[in-house]
Amino acid sequence: MNTAVVIFPGSNRERDLCLALKRATGRDPLCVWHRDSELPSVDLIVLPGGFAYGDYLRCGAMAAHSPIMREVKARAERGTPVLGICNGFQVLTEAGLLPGALLTNRTLNFICRDVHLRVETNQTIFTCGYAAGQTIRVPVAHHDGNYTADEATLDELEDRGLVAFRYCNAAGEIDDDANVNGSAHAIAGIFNRGRTVLGLMPHPEDATDPLMGCGTDGSALFAGLVGALQ
Amino acid sequence: MNNTGTNVTPALAAEMGLTADEFARAEAILGRTPNLTELGIFSAMWSEHCSYKSSKVWLKTLPTTGPQVICGPGENAGVVDIGDGDAVVFKIESHNHPSFIEPYQGAATGVGGILRDVFTMGARPIAILDALRFGSPDHPKTRHLVAGVVAGIGGYGNCVGVPTVGGECQFHPAYNGNILVNAMCVGLARADRIFYSAAAGPGNLVIYVGAKTGRDGIHGATMASAEFGADADAKRPTVQVGDPFTEKLLIEACLELMQGNAIVAIQDMGAAGLTSSAVEMAGKGGLGIELDLDRVPVREAGMSAYEIMLSESQERMLMILAPGSAAEARRVFDKWELDFAVIGRVTETGRLVLHMRGAVAADIPVGPLVGEAPLYQRPWRPTPPQPDIDAATLPARDPRDCLSKLIACPDLASKRWVWQQYDQLVLGNTVQRPGGDAAVVRVGDGLKALALCTDSTPRYCRADPERGGAQAVAESWRNLTAVGATPLALTDNMNFGNPERPEIMGQFVGAIAGMRAACTALDYPVVSGNVSLYNETSGDGILPTPVIGGVGLLADLRRAVDLGLKRDGNALLLIGETIGHLGASLYLREIEGRETGPPPAVDLAAERRHGDFVRARIAEGDVAACHDVADGGLLVAVAEMAMAGGRGIALDPPPAAMPAHAWWFGEDQARYLVETGDPEALIAAARQAGIPVRRIGIVGGAALTLPGANAISVAQLISANEGWLPGYMAQA
Repeated sequence: MNTAVVIFPGSNRERDLCLALKRATGRDPLCVWHRDSELPSVDLIVLPGGFAYGDYLRCGAMAAHSPIMREVKARAERGTPVLGICNGFQVLTEAGLLPGALLTNRTLNFICRDVHLRVETNQTIFTCGYAAGQTIRVPVAHHDGNYTADEATLDELEDRGLVAFRYCNAAGEIDDDANVNGSAHAIAGIFNRGRTVLGLMPHPEDATDPLMGCGTDGSALFAGLVGALQ
Repeated sequence: MNNTGTNVTPALAAEMGLTADEFARAEAILGRTPNLTELGIFSAMWSEHCSYKSSKVWLKTLPTTGPQVICGPGENAGVVDIGDGDAVVFKIESHNHPSFIEPYQGAATGVGGILRDVFTMGARPIAILDALRFGSPDHPKTRHLVAGVVAGIGGYGNCVGVPTVGGECQFHPAYNGNILVNAMCVGLARADRIFYSAAAGPGNLVIYVGAKTGRDGIHGATMASAEFGADADAKRPTVQVGDPFTEKLLIEACLELMQGNAIVAIQDMGAAGLTSSAVEMAGKGGLGIELDLDRVPVREAGMSAYEIMLSESQERMLMILAPGSAAEARRVFDKWELDFAVIGRVTETGRLVLHMRGAVAADIPVGPLVGEAPLYQRPWRPTPPQPDIDAATLPARDPRDCLSKLIACPDLASKRWVWQQYDQLVLGNTVQRPGGDAAVVRVGDGLKALALCTDSTPRYCRADPERGGAQAVAESWRNLTAVGATPLALTDNMNFGNPERPEIMGQFVGAIAGMRAACTALDYPVVSGNVSLYNETSGDGILPTPVIGGVGLLADLRRAVDLGLKRDGNALLLIGETIGHLGASLYLREIEGRETGPPPAVDLAAERRHGDFVRARIAEGDVAACHDVADGGLLVAVAEMAMAGGRGIALDPPPAAMPAHAWWFGEDQARYLVETGDPEALIAAARQAGIPVRRIGIVGGAALTLPGANAISVAQLISANEGWLPGYMAQA
């Protein structure tokens, strides 16, 4: 399986991501510079975490207008799977590939800690490695992860089953204390209508190496993608 | 201000921090009165911050060599060999004065500065640690300072994408007017690809890379070399503003250019900006540098030579390029969209010559500017010894109450609120996160790992600077050992008050003596460091605070241990001798309300013996968990292991000959707690090695049970320990 990781100036989790992708696919992903206007033929495009352009205007806003994003959008429209993690999720919302927006965490602070997520559906290429309703533990590391959208959009996400992950407690229950950043409907990640684009704030890529201190609950996301796309 | 419009007088020199003597020396070097720009350069280079004029004679007495040391103090950072052609590059640096004035930007730019010191040497930064000390929690400014400093460190480190993996955060009224923000950065390089700052090759181009020069931070180094008066807030314009995004681009661009052979020498523009970087490069190379200031990228028009030379705008680098490399450099910096300008060349004249608007703005011989910098043997007075505390004269108390109070006191309370605002994981190599004895960070994608920590016990240093200095080094060495690492070398941040007061200078001299003894006994050399003096406001000095940043090596990270209790039925053993020393202890301060008595003795031979034994047992896989016994003593250390493991323990009775509070809360040094499934074997091995060992409990249950069936639940301990800081910060 061939993957491309888009690097913006200020991306900083591409290393974590490339390690996780290599572990799952057995191949180094292609790193594509944001100024490039062409993408190689790949099975999956990933936008990594970080602070593209310093997140100075609004998280992901400037990156969404990078030359490469025209091509990412075109590919996504033709059905190439796109995964955006953390800053990558913010870029996808700014680029219009996913609805809604990510506001400042309700604590107003950056938060880096492990959280529990409930897998809402496993009927997608991204989550087929999990059981529906499974609780997983992965880290978050963000300042602006408070998902918001208008009521109509939230209704549509719920009605069509487009919520990928929700913040929950260790027992898998959705409660306000577990909603680490205050997201609407405790949303941690969403799909587009075709379920070919996933954006999520947590970092599954940082929970794929048994030697590191974050567990390996993120591995099934990458393994599932390989199984679905290969 | 410009050269022609301002009359340079001894009074103006004094305003810039030069003594009459120093001004006369500058005049003698030039053979004339300096113009304003030249005066600014002398003042910055001869400031305490840049010249180390009060501390140098003492710093030179520290051990700085060892077979593992590639580069000791004097460069941007220390370099230590970690085998396989890898090198670890690290340094700690203070940003105390700016952080008190403007906590967010002060702390943020402190992180930025130390990152630059490390990647300047050709190393990719892989970890940050921050040693923080604030005033009393009751002081009206403290909450604002904590919030600002923590947000600033996070704001910068998180954005550049370097994990913050450890540090300290403590409180004491002596820091009410002078907080301490010491940031340490650790990087990785190839041992044969280290970059240095000495200029070489007359005719080579001098290039400027990074952010534009603005009017911020002008004369910051001089500000950091004086006490605060009541006007501290008025110094806000001398604090720089950080741009972590530009720093991230600079890191990537510099490391990319360093893949080739374009760079002859490189230096970041830190304190005293373009002045110190140009002077240091020329001075180390024994050459001259000529700069055309009209070519320096500036943020606004009309900046004078004085302003350009003394600006401390952040995220700027100075490089000397190999002949024919300008196009390659331009390609890389264009890719990363960074300002790049050829601003001068290396000369054989040995002089720093600055041109601006067709005139010579400054012309100073570099040799004397560096070599004849003032050096002071300041008078010092030793700290008088403190009378002993007899534990038997202190009242008996319920150890459970004392424990609950201690683990919720500001110094021991969990700092989760702080480090959850730092990205501890980015780069994907964090093995052990903050909260343990030392952080553990993997090297590349192999099995090697580095152990990292920062330590200081200022209350010990105040009571007895020499013991305190030795203890800080020993505790650092012990913390690295406790995760299973072999300590390699350290970086020190010497934070003290006004060195012109003999009792403060005495603290400095004492601390250095203690550090020297410990570094020597433990084969733990100093490879880099920083001195921050004049940490005083209106005559009140801080506690003497020599912060030790330690780096150790784990050959196989799978052998690393942490402090959390692991398995019911395991035994907990205490390694090391307990005499129940309560002088200068946290127990005495927090429970009895007294800050008196001498600190515990530091037996360096015992430290070495006990540490080497524990490390060997960890490497053999005999140890399930390990923790050093430090602040708060034995019972606090046991509680920390219980909380980290979410598991209880039943404790054995204390020895009959000792008051219970001395046993549970004494702060004797050279002690470790180790959890093991085979206590008989470990006890036998310790006895054979002549090392004091004693079983102190059996792991199990959900409570910490003291002899006499007095239990306190682990959940209750966690709630007290985790509750204090978030509760404090939530108060309006």
